[in-house]
Amino acid sequence: MRIVCPFCGERELGEFSYLGDAKSVRPVAGASQDEVYDYVYLRDNIAGVTSENWYHGGGCRAWLKISRNTLTHEISSVEPAAGAGAKQVAK
Amino acid sequence: MKYSIFSLARAALSGHKNWQRTWRDATPKDHYDVVIIGGGGHGLATAWFLASEYGIRNVAVLEKGWIGSGNAGRNTTIIRSNYGLPGNTGFYELSMKLWERMEQDLNYNTMVSQRGVVNLYHSDAQRDAYARRGNTMRINGIDAELLDLAAVKKMMPFLNFSNARFPVQGGLLQRRGGTARHDAVVWGYAHAASALGVDIIQNCEVTGFTRDANGKVTGVETSRGRIGAGKVGMAVAGSSSRVADMAGLRLPIESHVLQAFVSEAIKPVIPNVITFGAGHFYVSQSDKGGLVFGGDIDGYNSYAQRGNMPVMEDVCEGGMALMPMIGRVRLLRQWGGIMDMSMDGSPIIDKTPVDGLYLNAGWCYGGFKATPGSGLVFAHLLARDEPHKEAEKFRLDRFQRGAMIDEKGQGAQPNLH
Repeated sequence: MRIVCPFCGERELGEFSYLGDAKSVRPVAGASQDEVYDYVYLRDNIAGVTSENWYHGGGCRAWLKISRNTLTHEISSVEPAAGAGAKQVAK
Repeated sequence: MKYSIFSLARAALSGHKNWQRTWRDATPKDHYDVVIIGGGGHGLATAWFLASEYGIRNVAVLEKGWIGSGNAGRNTTIIRSNYGLPGNTGFYELSMKLWERMEQDLNYNTMVSQRGVVNLYHSDAQRDAYARRGNTMRINGIDAELLDLAAVKKMMPFLNFSNARFPVQGGLLQRRGGTARHDAVVWGYAHAASALGVDIIQNCEVTGFTRDANGKVTGVETSRGRIGAGKVGMAVAGSSSRVADMAGLRLPIESHVLQAFVSEAIKPVIPNVITFGAGHFYVSQSDKGGLVFGGDIDGYNSYAQRGNMPVMEDVCEGGMALMPMIGRVRLLRQWGGIMDMSMDGSPIIDKTPVDGLYLNAGWCYGGFKATPGSGLVFAHLLARDEPHKEAEKFRLDRFQRGAMIDEKGQGAQPNLH
């Protein structure tokens, strides 16, 4: 598995760290105990295409949002996680 | 059939042409008291204990492929009970005691070999941690010995004792730990369970659950038709989330891939199981001569039954740091299995919120050593509807209650357990 970093180009997997599901949203202050439990412990654990956070610690140290198929390891998109500002930098 | 010295001699003298099938390849009936999803070690052990210990013989084990084709057929075969936390300590020792009598119980040679497991330590802090774990084991009646450097050198003279960065200082030894033949464990449970009337149904994939008006599970939909069940138990290793999803459940589990490796066969050199405490590497030598070893999981969610290169490199580096002598040994094969990585690194054996559906999951990458214990406590839960006393802490709601069993102290980080 190789990842095409939008800033650094194609790099080997060892440069990146996996930081989990990008869909989970951290509960706001005052959230119920059930919402916190859901966020911290429960997982969709999808067999198929998922959206996940990766960190390019061995390169540009950017946070990336990656769409990847957990059945095949095929990567369909890699974007800077920080949104529009980071996208401009990428160009 | 029952194996004995006479049955072996009879089969040998007739040219090995008259061996009987060791278990029946059953076709599904309409209804069973208990249906177990998953024909791996845990599922088959559960069926056998249901029949032999709890008298429930109208049982089916459903397997998507052929029995033992998943993680049970591909693992590093280590058995041990060197755990430190309440919940784990008693459970794994229960399992260890069942390993010690397995061959007599099942009338099957599962090649249990108590060759000893040594966890090496490389720093004062690690020595203290291992001493504490050893003491915990001994307080609970489990054997443990703290070895100093001289004792390790005598037992394993081939280790690299001049590693400047991670010098071996000693090890924690459990002499009763060792290995067992993974395929034979599967076949042995199938042999013994089938003899007691359990139906083992292969090539039968579960595709859904049937439920009554109150939501209670009444059976399963499968690729071989509908099968009714009084109770349904799940023992599907890395696929727990996918099967639970069919019943509308989300679990505190992520699926990750773990790679393991076998080298070409070499003469007997490693007498026991060794773990390298400075990294994550463990090795033993099979009776055929191959070195069987592994290390960390790949660390990201995966259902692909194959791994990636960085972990392979890391595992081989661990091996070389420990035993430079294996540098020219060729790797024969490698595989990746899918693990249920739970949120605290410990298993979940409990009823689910869905009536009639029972869960045996979250074994992370230590499920093999648990096989007999897992079967016994899951059978107890299915038969009695209450947890076995050695599995009381493996409840599904422990994450909500803050009662985690986090042996490695990593928190809710499945890829670090």
